[in-house]
Amino acid sequence: MTKTLKPETAEQVLDAIKWAAGEGMPLAVRGQGSKDGFGRAVDIPHCLDLTGLSGIKAYEPSELYMTALAATPVAEIEAALRQNNQQMSFEPPNMGILYGGANGESEGSIGGAIGCNLAGPRRIQAGAARDHFLGFNAVSGRGEVFKSGGTVVKNVTGFDLSKLLAGSFGTLAVMTDVTFKVMPAAEKTRTVLILGADDAGAMVAMAASLGSANEVSAAAHLPEAAAALSGVSYVADAGQAVTAVRVEGPGPSVEHRCRALTALLKEFGEIEELHSENSALLWREIRDVRLFDAIDNQIWRLSVPPAAGANVVASLRSDIGGRVFYDWGGGLIWLSMGTLSDAGHETVRAAVADTGGHATLIRADADVRQRVPVFEPQATVLKDLSARVKQGFDPNGVLNPGRMVEGE
Amino acid sequence: MKMPEPDGDVIARRAQIIKAMQAIVPGEGVITDSDELRAYDHDGLMAYKGLPLIVVLPETTEQVSAILKYAARHNVKIVPRGAGTGLSGGALPLADAITVGLAKFNKILDIDFDNRAVVAQTGVTNLAITQAVEHEGFYYAPDPSSQIACSIGGNIAENSGGVHCLKYGLTTNNVLGIEMVLMSGEVVRIGGKHLDSGGYDLLGVATGSEGLLGVITEVTVRILQKPETARALLIGFPSNEAGGDCVAAIIGAGIIPGGMEMMDKPAIHATEDFVHAGYPLDVQTLLIVELDGPEAEVDYLIERVDAIARQTGATYLRISQSEEEREVFWSGRKNAFPAVGRISPDYLCMDGTIPRNRLADVLKRVAALSEKYGLRVANVFHAGDGNLHPLILFDANQPGELKNAEQFGADILRYCVEVGGVLTGEHGVGIEKRDLMGVMFSEDDLKQQQRLKCAFDPNQLLNPGKVYPTLHRCAELGRMFVHEGKLPFPDIPRF
Repeated sequence: MTKTLKPETAEQVLDAIKWAAGEGMPLAVRGQGSKDGFGRAVDIPHCLDLTGLSGIKAYEPSELYMTALAATPVAEIEAALRQNNQQMSFEPPNMGILYGGANGESEGSIGGAIGCNLAGPRRIQAGAARDHFLGFNAVSGRGEVFKSGGTVVKNVTGFDLSKLLAGSFGTLAVMTDVTFKVMPAAEKTRTVLILGADDAGAMVAMAASLGSANEVSAAAHLPEAAAALSGVSYVADAGQAVTAVRVEGPGPSVEHRCRALTALLKEFGEIEELHSENSALLWREIRDVRLFDAIDNQIWRLSVPPAAGANVVASLRSDIGGRVFYDWGGGLIWLSMGTLSDAGHETVRAAVADTGGHATLIRADADVRQRVPVFEPQATVLKDLSARVKQGFDPNGVLNPGRMVEGE
Repeated sequence: MKMPEPDGDVIARRAQIIKAMQAIVPGEGVITDSDELRAYDHDGLMAYKGLPLIVVLPETTEQVSAILKYAARHNVKIVPRGAGTGLSGGALPLADAITVGLAKFNKILDIDFDNRAVVAQTGVTNLAITQAVEHEGFYYAPDPSSQIACSIGGNIAENSGGVHCLKYGLTTNNVLGIEMVLMSGEVVRIGGKHLDSGGYDLLGVATGSEGLLGVITEVTVRILQKPETARALLIGFPSNEAGGDCVAAIIGAGIIPGGMEMMDKPAIHATEDFVHAGYPLDVQTLLIVELDGPEAEVDYLIERVDAIARQTGATYLRISQSEEEREVFWSGRKNAFPAVGRISPDYLCMDGTIPRNRLADVLKRVAALSEKYGLRVANVFHAGDGNLHPLILFDANQPGELKNAEQFGADILRYCVEVGGVLTGEHGVGIEKRDLMGVMFSEDDLKQQQRLKCAFDPNQLLNPGKVYPTLHRCAELGRMFVHEGKLPFPDIPRF
C-alpha cells in the first residue's frame, strides 16, 4: 500500500500536495532519509521523496549566500564551500551515524538540516540552522506555493517565516529550495584541552572561557568514559576527563588566544593543545555524537542553561545512570542509557524542568517513540498556539502528521 | 498613507473603555487628556501623526493581560508601543485603538554572567543592558543608532540591526527568550537561558513581527565579552564602483569586519561640515572598516585590509592610531542623519537591502531618480550587509513635496527588490512600506503570512493597518479550495 511519490520539480511537489490535501492523504516528507529516526514514530502510507530536487542553484561567495534545492546533500554543499574556503557556520551534524539509517552514514540533505534546525558545537557562537536560514520557496499543506525571506542577511520585510520552518520537521510546508548564509572558514583552528576536571569544575572552566574575550567557538566536556572513545589519541589516552575549548581565526590571533586561555585555565587541570587534524576530528566526534559505545542505547539531548549542566547530570545519574558528555559550554547534554520501555522520560524531564530547559528523545526504537513524547511537551497555551499555527499552514494535516506532536 | 477607517462604535464607547482601563491600571496609568495624548501622536516616522483613543501605561504583565483580555472581549484595537523611536510608523496611534505604552517596564530582572544572559523588562533601553554588565567587560551586541532611547522590547518587535550585525548578528540572533501576552490575554513564555526550545520557533517569528502577534513584556538576551581592542581604517575612493569592489574583496578574502560603513559624496560633505571629522572631500566614496578582537588579530587584519584597499584603487587611506582617532572616524558616520537634517528642512530615511555587488548600480539609479524628482539625496550604507539608507532631502512646507519624496523613496525600494534585495533591512515595514509589500510578495505569500497572524490574533485587533496592505478576515484566509483533481500520476515518478 505504501506509495512513494518522487517529484523532480517544484511544480510536481505542488501537484502531489494538492492531491494529498484534496484527498486528506497524509504524506511522509523525506529528503535523504538520514534522520528517519528523529521525531515521533508515525505510520504514514505515502512518502514524498524529495531526492529528485537536488543541486546548487546559486552560490555567490562574495555575497555570502547559497541557494540549493531542498534535498541537495549536505556533503555536496560542503564540498562546494570548501573550494572557496567557506562554510556553513552552524556546523550541521551528520545524524546518519547516530541513526545508522538505510543510507548508512549519509550526512543528509540541506532541507533536512534546516527542517530539524540542526546545530553543531559552534551553536554557542554562530547560532543554529535557524540563524543562517535566509529564505525559501515552499508548498504549504494547503497546496499553495509561497516564499519568504530573500538572499540578503539583513531583512525585516514581513514575518520571518524562515524561523518558523526551521525546526518544523516538515509539518507545515515542504520547502523546495532554501537560501542560507555562508561564511568564511577560519584560517586556523586550535583546541585547548584541560585534563582531569570533574563535571562541576568543567562547567566553571567553560564559563570562564566563554566569558573571556577569546571568542571561543566551542566548549565541550567529556567525562572519562566518553573521552576514552575518541579517535584522537591525546584525548583517548588521557585516562581521565577531558574538557575542550576551541578557538578559530587568523593565525596570529589564534596563537594569542590559545596562550590567553592556557593562562586562564591552568588552575583547572593539566593543559594540552590540539592542532589542525586532531582538533577537527575531535569536534566532528562531538558534533556527530560519536562518543558513546553501545549503538543500541537510547539517547537524549538536553538543552539547559550552561551553568546548570553538571547539576542536571548529577541528579539524573543517581536516578537512571547512563553516560553523558557535554557540548555548548555545558548547555547541551548528550545522555545515553540502556533501553527502557518509557525511555525514563519522566525522570529526564523532571531533571530538566527546574532549569527551564527541554529534553528531546533523539534515539529510541519506534515503539518507544510512539508512546513517549519525543519533544518536550509544551504548556497548554503554547501547545494550543502551535496547533493553530499548524492549522494555518496545513489545515488537513497532510504533512508529516504526528511527527512532532501526537494527533497533529 | 491610508489607515483603516476608525470604528465609530468603539470611539462612542470611549468613556466606558476609560473606566475599565482605570480599574486595571490604577493611578496615573491611563492617559485621556488630549494635550497629554499628543506626546504619543507619532513615533520616529515624523511625517505621520494622529491621536490614540487613549494611552494606557501598565506596570505588570498581569495588567497587560487584563487590558488585552478586555480589548479582545470588547473588540477594541491595541497598538503596542515601546520607546516610540521606530522609523516605519509601527507605533503610529489609531483613533479607535488603545496605545499600550511599555515605558514602565523599566527594570533589569537578572544579570547572569555564568550563563552570559540578562533578563530585562521590555521597556529597558538597549544601552541600559550594556551599561548593566559593562563593569564585567560584557555588552549586548546589537546597537541600533537609537540605542540610548530605544527599548529592548521594541528592538525585538522590529528585529533591529546596527553597525555590528555582520559579525555579531541581528536582534533575532541575540535573543534567547521572551514573555509575551497574546491578544486573548494569555501569557506565553518562550525560550530562556537555554538554546533552541523544542516545538515551532515562535520566538523567531515574534522577533520582527512589529507588534502584530503579541505584546512582549520580558526578554532574555545573550551578552558577550567586549573585544580586547578595535581599530578602524578610513578609506576614500574615486568612484562608487571602486568602493564596492573593495567591500567585495575584503569579504572575498575571508575577513568579516566588526563594522563596514560607506558614505557617498553628499553624505561625506554634509557630515564633514557638521562634525569636522577630517574626512577627505575630494573622494566619491568613503569607507570605514573596523576590525575588532585581540590586538594580534586586529594588527594582522588591518594590514590585510590596507593592502586590499590599495589594490582596489583607494586614493585616501588612514588607519586609526588611537581610540580617540577611531572615534573621530566614526563621529561623522554616527552623525550622518543629523548632519543631513542641517542642510534640509526635512528628510526621509529609506532602508532597502541589496546584494553588495549591486551597490554602484543602485547608486546610479538613485542619482537618476534624484534628477527625475528634483530632490537631493545622500547615501549611507551598511556595506558589510548590503543595507542602504538613502536620505531623501525635501521640504514638507512645499506643497506636494512630501508626496514627491515618498514616491522617490518607493522607486528606490522597488529597484532594491528588482536587483534581488528587499524593502527593509532593519527599520521594519510599519505603515511606511506597507503598500509596497506586493512588490516583493505575491498574494499567496502575503496570505500565508497573515494566516500566522490569525493563529495569534484571530480578530486582528493587534496593530491593524501596519505591515499588510490588505487585511483578509481570518475565516476567509482559513477557507480551503478543495482540489478535486486527481494526482497527476503520469507526471510524477513513483515507486
